[in-house]
Amino acid sequence: MPISATNKNGQSLLHIDGDMTIYTAADMKSELMTHMAQPCEREIDLSEVSEMDSAGLQILILAKREAEKHGTSLRLTGHSRAVLDVLDMCNLASYFGDPVVLSCNENKGQ
Amino acid sequence: MSLDLDQALQTYIAEARELLQDMEDSLLRLESDPNDADTIGAIFRAAHTIKGSAGLFGLDPIVSFTHIVEDVLDRVRDGDVVIEPNLIAVLLESGDHMLHLVNVVAAQGEKLDADAIKREGGLRIRLQAYQDNSSEVSHAIQVEAEIPLQSSGGGLVETDNWHISLRFGQNVMRDGMDPLSFLRYLSTLGEIVSITTMFDALPIADEMDAESCYLGFEIDFKSEADKATIAGVFEFAREGSLIHILPPHSKLTEYVELIRSLPESETRLGEILVTTGALTQQELEAGLSEQQTSARPDGSTTPLGEILVEQRSVEHEVVQAALDKQTQSKDSKSKENRYIRVQADKLDELINMVGELVIAGAGVSLLAQRVSDNPLQEAASVMSGLVEEIRDGALRLRMVPIGETFNRFQRVVRDVGRELGKDIELVITGADTELDKTVVEKIGDPLMHLVRNAMDHGIESAAIRQATGKSVKGTLRLNAYHDSGSIVIEIVDDGGGLNRDRILQKARDRGLIAPNVTPPDQEIYNMIFEAGFSTAEAITNLSGRGVGMDVVKRNITALRGTVSLDSAVGQGTTVSIRLPLTLAIIDGFLVGVGKSSYIVPLDMVHECIELTENDRQAASERSYLNLRGEVLPFVMLRDHFEVEGSGARRANVVVVSCAGQKAGLVVDELMGEFQTVIKPLGKIFSTLRGISGSTILGSGEVALILDVPSLVQQAVNRESQHVSTRQVIH
Repeated sequence: MPISATNKNGQSLLHIDGDMTIYTAADMKSELMTHMAQPCEREIDLSEVSEMDSAGLQILILAKREAEKHGTSLRLTGHSRAVLDVLDMCNLASYFGDPVVLSCNENKGQ
Repeated sequence: MSLDLDQALQTYIAEARELLQDMEDSLLRLESDPNDADTIGAIFRAAHTIKGSAGLFGLDPIVSFTHIVEDVLDRVRDGDVVIEPNLIAVLLESGDHMLHLVNVVAAQGEKLDADAIKREGGLRIRLQAYQDNSSEVSHAIQVEAEIPLQSSGGGLVETDNWHISLRFGQNVMRDGMDPLSFLRYLSTLGEIVSITTMFDALPIADEMDAESCYLGFEIDFKSEADKATIAGVFEFAREGSLIHILPPHSKLTEYVELIRSLPESETRLGEILVTTGALTQQELEAGLSEQQTSARPDGSTTPLGEILVEQRSVEHEVVQAALDKQTQSKDSKSKENRYIRVQADKLDELINMVGELVIAGAGVSLLAQRVSDNPLQEAASVMSGLVEEIRDGALRLRMVPIGETFNRFQRVVRDVGRELGKDIELVITGADTELDKTVVEKIGDPLMHLVRNAMDHGIESAAIRQATGKSVKGTLRLNAYHDSGSIVIEIVDDGGGLNRDRILQKARDRGLIAPNVTPPDQEIYNMIFEAGFSTAEAITNLSGRGVGMDVVKRNITALRGTVSLDSAVGQGTTVSIRLPLTLAIIDGFLVGVGKSSYIVPLDMVHECIELTENDRQAASERSYLNLRGEVLPFVMLRDHFEVEGSGARRANVVVVSCAGQKAGLVVDELMGEFQTVIKPLGKIFSTLRGISGSTILGSGEVALILDVPSLVQQAVNRESQHVSTRQVIH
């Protein structure tokens, strides 16, 4: 399963591993939405996302919007290079509103 | 080849010639402003269109050569090759060769001759130096009409950026394309100044299909690329997607249209356009404040689009800023769109028919007068008024501005100047002056001769100019204006002028002027139009002036025109060509001598007076009259044309003027104005002096059209001979 969930102090921590592309989008969506249905604060760790395309981006946007609709918060953390590239290109970093941190390792390229 | 295709080919040939002319103009413009991206784009498009259309007709020689030119131009456009004089020279020559190809391959359906092939080989080698040898890229895709780029008028927004609105179709991703990859590719063509991702179309989670695309982008893009290239980026996504590309400085209304055509709400889009800088700060403030104050009673606000259009003040300022940037070529492009292409012979046919109508109308009027039936006369007079209007309208159809002819000389002046090592600037004024198309076609050669002459012999070399305190750069001026029913074309140079004494000496040697007579300067200068002056000896003696000037004069005379020359030593020479506006129909003044009728062009008639008994007696001794204290030389038409029968009891004098000289024509009868359809005289009459053509009267009789300039000249000459012989006697 590309998404693993852990619970930490009542906060749900989702960890996405692998590609967020058109090939994984359908599974990714249904899985992510199941998690989103639970009313709690949520954090998605994107550090292991190796590739992202428009389909993946749509899933992230959908998640963010669902969270807003349910009045819960959604934070994205540990953006990988692939994710940052996409958010940068689409000028969406401010929409998600999460602090973006680049680690030295990532900076040197994966 | 089927008839339809043949017609299409004719259209292609005509268009290719126009495009090549545009290309040449643009190249010359580029010489003074090498970085003008619009001009470079225009040249590229011209070559591209010629190549593309040639491909349709299978004109391979054109395709293969033009392809190289296009390739080089593409690199110029991308900034890989810098515009420099040598490149422009090569491109100009390539343009000439392309024209040759069009003329030979497309128009005549023949193969190039050996010379042309050799020339092409040379050009190919020179072009290759500018070509990218590593790879052959050709990814330009022709898109729908690029009219927005070239349209003028309306409010233009100030931004320099392209605005691209994308709403991808739902199936884009399923078809194996990633919208993001289009953006990546786009960013290789320029700079994405700002981008807003639109996901308003994203449905709620349950309805969303993860494999459908719901994304859209509003992009402001800075690029030198042309619309075709930018549109080409999205070529594969075009199906099912909404793609709007607004070029820099598009009209405000086009933005409004864009806002309306997109799925999102107008207010939201308006704000996005404003924050991304697609619309200016001014437009933002004006638009938004208006929006707040103009909230409608029902709570809704005026759509931003409407406000932006209503915002006349903003539009006005924007127009001011944008107007400066509109280049000539854009203007002429938008003008072109208002034209209909009509075959010249159809127009000629129409004018011929109008000519017949004029003659038939004259017949009706004449009959109406004879039967003295008042209502009939009235009807006939109304009809002839209308015929006159139709005549003017039809003739106006054939009028074209002389500017096109003048502009051709930009290239001539550039090339000849270079050849002679002189820096000469061509200044064109009065380019809007119109004249008959047939005249325009025939005036090109004489003009060419005069322009070359002025450059070669008129304007001095830079060293001499500097020594005489003139600016090093010579100026050649082409000017045109209307003057009493004729058009005057002037070729003015600021060179050394003519050597009056030399010409006078020469004229005396050749017996053109009697040894003891000194005619006015103007007359002396005009001697160089005499055939005797166009000899090799004259060239050296007169610093070359006079080469083939008699030919120029003959050509212009054939157009019923005149040519004269004025010169001031050290200041330059002015050659004035005076031509009738049209060669087909004129307003004439009908006069009678004995039983014959003659026509004098009305524009040249100054006044009519009665020949008094005193004058008539005096006329046997001297050939001039006293016109209110002025000496008026005259010609007795009865004697001149040897009309049979004795003179009428009363005679009249028609005072005509031509190029500043007046003369009287003595006739028996004044018959009034007459619309004259000019019919050429047969070849056997070509040597006849004093007659320029014929026409048919309402009664079916033939009337001769008098060649007033030559009659005036004759009268003046005889008069001065008369005076000089008397001087000798005394």
